[in-house]
Amino acid sequence: MAETTYLEAIRQAMSEEMDRDPAVVLIGEDVGVYGGAFKTSEGLLARFGWERVIDTPISESAIVGAAVGMSYAGLRPIAEMQFIDFIACAFNMITNYAAKSHYRWGAPVPIVLRGPCGGGVHGGMFHSANPEMYFVHTPGLKVVCPSTAYDAKGLLKSAVRDNNPVLFFEHKYLYRRIKEELPVGDFTVPIGKAVVRREGRDLTIVSYAAMMHTSLEAAAELAKEGIEAEVIDLRTLLPLDSETILSSVRKTNKLLVVHEDTRTGGIAGEIAAIVTEKAFEDLDGPIRRVTSLDTPVPYAPGLEEYFMPNTAKVVRAARELAKY
Amino acid sequence: MATTQLTREKHLELYYFMRLNRELENQMVRLFRQNKIVGGLYPSLGQEAISVGTAYALGPGDWIAPMIRNIGSLLVRGFKPRDVITQHMALATSPTKGKDGTSHFGDLYSRHVVAPTSMLGDLIPVMAGIAMAGRYLGQNIVTMTWIGDGGTSTGVFHEGLNLAAVQKAPFVLIVENNQWAYSTPTDKQSALRDLADRAKAYGMKSFIVDGNDVLAVERTTREAVAFARAGNGPVLIEAKTMRMLGHAQHDAAEYVPKELLASWKKSDPLDRFEKLLTEKKIWDAKTKKEIDERVVREIREDVEFAENSPVPAPETAEEGVYCEGCHAIDAEWKRPKEEVMPPRSSVKAEWPLKSIAGNGTRPAAAKKTAIKTKAAKKPARSVARAKAGR
Repeated sequence: MAETTYLEAIRQAMSEEMDRDPAVVLIGEDVGVYGGAFKTSEGLLARFGWERVIDTPISESAIVGAAVGMSYAGLRPIAEMQFIDFIACAFNMITNYAAKSHYRWGAPVPIVLRGPCGGGVHGGMFHSANPEMYFVHTPGLKVVCPSTAYDAKGLLKSAVRDNNPVLFFEHKYLYRRIKEELPVGDFTVPIGKAVVRREGRDLTIVSYAAMMHTSLEAAAELAKEGIEAEVIDLRTLLPLDSETILSSVRKTNKLLVVHEDTRTGGIAGEIAAIVTEKAFEDLDGPIRRVTSLDTPVPYAPGLEEYFMPNTAKVVRAARELAKY
Repeated sequence: MATTQLTREKHLELYYFMRLNRELENQMVRLFRQNKIVGGLYPSLGQEAISVGTAYALGPGDWIAPMIRNIGSLLVRGFKPRDVITQHMALATSPTKGKDGTSHFGDLYSRHVVAPTSMLGDLIPVMAGIAMAGRYLGQNIVTMTWIGDGGTSTGVFHEGLNLAAVQKAPFVLIVENNQWAYSTPTDKQSALRDLADRAKAYGMKSFIVDGNDVLAVERTTREAVAFARAGNGPVLIEAKTMRMLGHAQHDAAEYVPKELLASWKKSDPLDRFEKLLTEKKIWDAKTKKEIDERVVREIREDVEFAENSPVPAPETAEEGVYCEGCHAIDAEWKRPKEEVMPPRSSVKAEWPLKSIAGNGTRPAAAKKTAIKTKAAKKPARSVARAKAGR
């Protein structure tokens, strides 16, 4: 059976959901005739027509606002941000309007906001963002960051079927670099559940998205030295699956969090707080972080490499932590 | 005053809603002074004809998103004074159960009223989206929202109207020009003499109406709604009026020139409508007395209801952040779903030349260049051919 890329998995999820439910529509910049800047929606206009695949003006607030309105009328729109960096232009509409709607007046907003995030592709600071934490800090939203083709497809289907605004961050580095065989037929991956990608006894590495692969590579390196790292893929940042993290830390007694997002205010800080609150007695060493630097994403390849985590940096941090 | 085709009963109903709007706000001022209103109170004195007249022009399946000074439109849409009062008093019986205040409430399922936020302009793309969805579902609805003169300066006003226009969404925007955005006069918001001219930038139809003439407001809105419903695209109506009080209860509005207020006071929308009803013999003193007494009675009963209502239980603060199946998401289909499903939905994924042959496709630059060159005639012919070819 043919293998499916992360990008094709996303396209399949949209296409299958649109086939399943006529209430699902796609709205965004260049999503129709062109098929999306990364060709994520290629073929959807041809299959579903002009009413269901809607090319818009360059107006991120209006895209999100219109999606919210459509959802009030009972549709389940998927809105694309051409690069996730541009989600900043719709910040108010997402955090003030969509996120608070159900809480304040009982109006659910079943929309998906999806788009390509992440660095490592020399896109520069306006095409490489990891803006997840702005939204993890916003009650009412759900934030999903898949790391595999299987998860991308299954989580996107769950996001479309969810009754809340779900932000779906697709790591563009993974779009065409990873692929796997996917099951035939409909499947979903639940939002809010982390998964253990590799079992180990010596320390826990928590990660997500592209850095999950970096963490797995590091775990393989560490195994050669006799250090067995357990790797947890968060999959969803909001709601956060604390239980999976805590039960792993109770076993390994050491925690390293790896993310491509910048350091200050990243999810690692929140995870560290949860673990010290709930499993302080189980810790045998300090909670460590490997993250990007607290700078914008620099453009020159050498600068970007210096800025981001990589396998060597994760191995080094894990090795030091394992010594405790 | 404008003339109209409305029946006597509808004239009286318009008066009832305007009177209810005004007396309800007067009552809430009293509650505010008794310290029973939790937050702000934003008056619409002098603007009742706009809230009532515009909402009155809609059909029952249409959608509205009132702004903070549009209590009148909430009343037209079937909300009761108790909804407005309990909401301002943050009670457990309020439409939002104390979660949000002022006129920040709505009713998605039966009244089709969308709740506003304090961020001005947000409702424009939201209501454009409902209009687009309504068309997609075959519902033949129109959506409407309001915005002040100040709100027209926001970015999302532009984004939302532009999207509505390119989508030809069945949407009507009421620009309620009350001349003051808090303390800032309209000429510091916009260099336009008429805010209706903003519509030109989007290729939209627009109207200007005397916002203190309820019949003119109703008639103009009815025309705009019919235009939008027929698929001709969105419409902007600028209703010119005057904010007769401060931005909110705390604001004495000393920055407003007294003579301006005095001149507008002569044009009070309720006084004008009452005069018309009397002059045209649509009512008599007895009918007026009956309506006024009904208004007083309804408000009194609802104040009593509110004053006997509990405050929300503190722990309910944690409830309702997410919808976990508590609400159904059901689109009301008024057309066969097969029309939007393959194979019937399938199209050739190319821009049809006809749809894009608007601005930008004419080789105007070539024509300009041609005028400057000696061989002017040859390129000019090709321009003519290009035009003919469209």
